Amino acid sequence: MYIPAIVLFAVFVLYPLIQGIGLAFTNWDGYSPDKKFVGLDNFARLFTDTTFLTALRNTLLYGFGCTVLQQILGLALALALDGGGRLRTGARAIIYLPVLVSPVVMGMMYSFLFQYDRGALNDILVSIGVPRVAWLSSGAGAVAIIILINTLQFVGLSMVIYLAGLHCIGTEVYEAAEIDGARGWKLLTTITIPLLRASFISSMIINLIGGLKLFDVIQVLTGGGPGYASHSVSTLIGRTYFGQQAAGYASAMGVALFILIALVSVFLVARMDRSGRDA
Amino acid sequence: MTSQRIARTSSALTSTKWVFLAIVVVVQLTPFYLAVTTAFKSITDRSSLWIPPIGDATLDNFRTAMTEGHLVWAIENGLVVTIIGTLLTCVVGAMAAYPLARRTSKLNSVVGLAMLGMLMVPPLSILVPLYTMLARVGLLNTFGGIILVLTTLQLPLAIFLFTQFMRGLPNSLEEAASIDGAGLFTTFVLVVLPSLKPVIATVTILTATNVWNEFALSSYILTTPEMRTLAPAAASFFSAQGNNFGAAAAAALVGLLPILIAYLFLQKYFVKGALAGAEK
Repeated sequence: MYIPAIVLFAVFVLYPLIQGIGLAFTNWDGYSPDKKFVGLDNFARLFTDTTFLTALRNTLLYGFGCTVLQQILGLALALALDGGGRLRTGARAIIYLPVLVSPVVMGMMYSFLFQYDRGALNDILVSIGVPRVAWLSSGAGAVAIIILINTLQFVGLSMVIYLAGLHCIGTEVYEAAEIDGARGWKLLTTITIPLLRASFISSMIINLIGGLKLFDVIQVLTGGGPGYASHSVSTLIGRTYFGQQAAGYASAMGVALFILIALVSVFLVARMDRSGRDA
Repeated sequence: MTSQRIARTSSALTSTKWVFLAIVVVVQLTPFYLAVTTAFKSITDRSSLWIPPIGDATLDNFRTAMTEGHLVWAIENGLVVTIIGTLLTCVVGAMAAYPLARRTSKLNSVVGLAMLGMLMVPPLSILVPLYTMLARVGLLNTFGGIILVLTTLQLPLAIFLFTQFMRGLPNSLEEAASIDGAGLFTTFVLVVLPSLKPVIATVTILTATNVWNEFALSSYILTTPEMRTLAPAAASFFSAQGNNFGAAAAAALVGLLPILIAYLFLQKYFVKGALAGAEK
């Protein structure tokens, strides 16, 4: 009964994946009938192409930068919002809301904040006598703002994962620790955080893979610019294929992205299995 | 003395906590607030986006977005793709999960792992071959093409959730059915399917949200305004708008509204779905 699912995976994931590996060894332009086998040329080019290397660096920044910020902020929010009460419930609902919104829409809405001319943030600066800042006109600024937006959009996911984790720690553990004299910060670092290990790993896997695949916000907010400075590998693949008709080279980037994410996933899942066995 | 000091530090801690929460809540609400104030402002109103358009609020921006942005088409297309894609994901996913949950063999556990492994393939990494293949078989810029692609991408999570749920079901009824001579498929339809309601709700909400919001592949596979779903339509309208913030904000709100309404009514299921997905 899993034949239909296998057929879909074979046709729409595995076949393209294998064909993509094949195309990565050619100089195909994406439309003409002939293509030439060029060996490892495309892969060699990846290592010297500063545009690709910038996109690769950005991809790692998006992946790891967002993940680190989301764990810190998500855990802090979970600790602050653990418990009942209308205020807490309302705050949880609001903080989680952006998770469900299309990143395209989030990017559009955030652009009203960061625009140069009529941007809301610059309005505040002007009103307190500070000159306008061109938030998105430098590569570093654009990358930082994309990290910020993606972090805030999905921090709610980390928060609910940590809240669920906190829920699983019984009150007895805390009572016992308090009798032993553990309080405040010590309670947090010796009891709470170690016991949240499983939540930590699953939250990290989701955030990391999401960040390494980042596409939507970049495309909407900066289109990869200024120049090529805020591209991720994902957005650069689309650009290389449709903008420069370099289908073979774009396929090589695809293979590189697949290898990157597969390595990270396998590494993290292996860690998760081990921590599952320890517990 | 000591207990007084503890009380004082803990109340300081509590107020710091609430200040921190208030800041995060305000930050999270800011983009939504700006979209609302901007969307109802007339194009000639150049006041700061922070200021709501009291008095001369207008719906012009929504008219512009609906007509020039082709958002009516986009909503219709989005509904077609989301409803059929979600239905297909549930049916194919539940069918695939059943043998994986009930017949534990070496082959089945390998198949199950391989399916979950599909999550490791980033959609953009297969853009070139996928696009060329769809073009070759005439599925480019068709509902059929995008539905099949998005269903496939949603399947690993759906299969995982169905398998987990089915493992928790007692199989005494199924055994009774098979003693009565019912085949695997008959048992599945008559006995298993009706008891899957809770997990179907979870999978439906997760899949529908993901498909409705999908942008990366849809923006390349759906090439004309007549076929575009909401996210690609809103994005292409947004990039064509330049400085017409009002119309862009209106388009953003139109894209937001269905999700917002669903969230208001089904909040518990959304969070439950996210957590179920996180356990993988």
